[in-house]
Amino acid sequence: MGIGVIKLKINEQEVISREGDTILKAAKEHGITIPTLCDLDGLSNFGGCRLCLVEVKGSPKLFPACTTPVSNGMEVITDSERLKKYRKMAIELILSERIHVCSVCVANNNCELQDLANKLGVDHVNFKRDWNTHDLDTTHEFLVIDRNRCILCTRCIRVCDEVEGVHVLDLKNRGKDTEVIIDLDDQWGVSKICTSCRKCAKVCPVGAIYVEGQPISQTRDKKIAEFVLTRRQS
Amino acid sequence: MDKIVISPITRIEGHAKVSIFLNKDGSVNTARFQVTDFRGFEKFCEGRPFYEMPSITSRTCGICPVSHLLASIKACDDIVAVNISRSAELLRRLMHMGQLIQSHALSFFHLSSPDLLLGMDADPSVRNVFGLIEKYPEIAKKGIMLRKFGQEIIECLSGKRIHSSDWLVPGGVKNPLSKDKSEKIMANLPEALNITLETLDIFKDKMDNFKEEINNFGNFPSYYLGLVTSDGGLEHYDGKIRVVNPKGKIVADNLDPKKYYEYIGEAVEPWSYMKFPYYKPLGYPHGVYRVGPLARLNIVSHCGTEFADKELKDFKKFGTDGIVQSTFLYHYARLIEVLFCIEKTKEILEDPETYGNNVWSKASVNRGEGVGVAEAPRGTLIHHYRVNKEGLVTWVNMIIATENNNLAYNKAITQVAKKYITKKHLSEGLLNRVEAVIRAFDPCLSCATHSLGKMALDMQLFDSEGKMVDRLVR
Repeated sequence: MGIGVIKLKINEQEVISREGDTILKAAKEHGITIPTLCDLDGLSNFGGCRLCLVEVKGSPKLFPACTTPVSNGMEVITDSERLKKYRKMAIELILSERIHVCSVCVANNNCELQDLANKLGVDHVNFKRDWNTHDLDTTHEFLVIDRNRCILCTRCIRVCDEVEGVHVLDLKNRGKDTEVIIDLDDQWGVSKICTSCRKCAKVCPVGAIYVEGQPISQTRDKKIAEFVLTRRQS
Repeated sequence: MDKIVISPITRIEGHAKVSIFLNKDGSVNTARFQVTDFRGFEKFCEGRPFYEMPSITSRTCGICPVSHLLASIKACDDIVAVNISRSAELLRRLMHMGQLIQSHALSFFHLSSPDLLLGMDADPSVRNVFGLIEKYPEIAKKGIMLRKFGQEIIECLSGKRIHSSDWLVPGGVKNPLSKDKSEKIMANLPEALNITLETLDIFKDKMDNFKEEINNFGNFPSYYLGLVTSDGGLEHYDGKIRVVNPKGKIVADNLDPKKYYEYIGEAVEPWSYMKFPYYKPLGYPHGVYRVGPLARLNIVSHCGTEFADKELKDFKKFGTDGIVQSTFLYHYARLIEVLFCIEKTKEILEDPETYGNNVWSKASVNRGEGVGVAEAPRGTLIHHYRVNKEGLVTWVNMIIATENNNLAYNKAITQVAKKYITKKHLSEGLLNRVEAVIRAFDPCLSCATHSLGKMALDMQLFDSEGKMVDRLVR
């Protein structure tokens, strides 16, 4: 076996991967789907949403597939009753943290959170919901951030930093009070370094950042985003 | 004073109860129509971007989301200060025709026809749409067909039958109407027209059985208010406000709907969550006016389409000076409006401008305030928003069609109660008559108070010490 080649098993299937790759990447390359929300090809890994949790034989812990590197002899399970339960719980926790009302959301029918919730059969939120409101910023000419819908996946922050290279967006506070901020917590409309490139709106998986007056189906195309990002890297 | 309570009222949209207060001798003193739920749209919309208002406020109602959408989107047009293209206006009008047809069909066939066809005193377990299907399957089927026709217009335009909020946008509509969809609507149009004409005949045949109801169901003088076209014709989307007095005299015409607050006041009573709008020049509580199909036909000189105009002439025979004041005849007016809407649908679909591609004039906040007014199936609907310079809503006022009739409801039920309640005892048929007069208005209380729920009937009779002496639960 050559140097850097890793042999592991995913769902009983023999898989060959490269050293340094993540379980998620190895699984994707072999056509095995693991649900994700914060992950996006072309961006650094964040490990925030916990949707990609997998079981690794020999450990009682669950591992996020997007940040766990593969190793020789690893045996990974990507789908089990236990994982289903935890993934469902992860979605419910995300839903409980902010105000997610699909029916009046710009991202309705074009939302990764909604799709996943449907797929995982989330029909109720079994946690106490936090109805506290967060700031909504419409001061930018056409970009809008509604923090009430934000799931803190940080895709926007990563794309702004790693691809556009301006790092306008970042986080403030901790825990459930965490919020995406513009510059040093300024209004978007007064930001001098934002290039208005719209990449943040393109990668947002929910209706938190969007282009005003345009249907999300037009402004958001995960494939286009991935194409732009991956091409840029290769 | 004794008190009778009917709670909740059945076969209407929303929650309400009726309290009837009796004198010591058992005769009716007064009756109150109480709306028992609260939803708070005007408050929780604050802080949202104005362009979300149509999709949020249309959730006030699942029956006429389109009317709310239109009033809301017109308020948004006002905020962005844009005149929409004629094609967009025609498409919006077309969608509203679908809304009016489906809502009126629902009100007439599903909610009210069991009273009209099976009789007011029929067993309540069969006096509903299922009883109707059993006894008059053809009529029930036609009612469902007619409603479907209306729903399909909405679907063809926006892709969804209910809460199709993202097709209408400030400045117009998102997509033009394709020819094949228009043909789909056209194909079903003759059938819808036939159903309506036949139903009108059936209704008119039955009218003789309801002479007593016509005379006693909220048959009282009131003012009438609504939108009219520039030449005084029937209007549901735009136009100016006209107010007509009980004698048929136009007391105010060409009023700007955007300045509704100059002539409509809103009073609040501690016993109901529904506000009491009144006509300002008359003051409160004397400024009783009615809106909705009956009012609309009372204020117009003509409908503007062939069949509807013919029918309007027959309709006016039930009144004097061109004013028909019996609330029972709301049903008749509703059917005439369905006729008008079907004919208008045809007219719009035959207009080449309907198929224009220029349907969306894009703009952002240009004004801090916007008012949108439309004629919903149940009457004049007003949405009024104020926004900050970033377009976030800071203040909302909505006057829902049903609210306008609030003072009239109280008058009407008092009249019915006085006629039918003479002893301290409640009978089923009597209860239903009190309910039926409310049903004739076709109130949408979920809208008017922004509440939600299922129906049942609980009527209670209280003696002068407030002790319950009789109760009927359905």
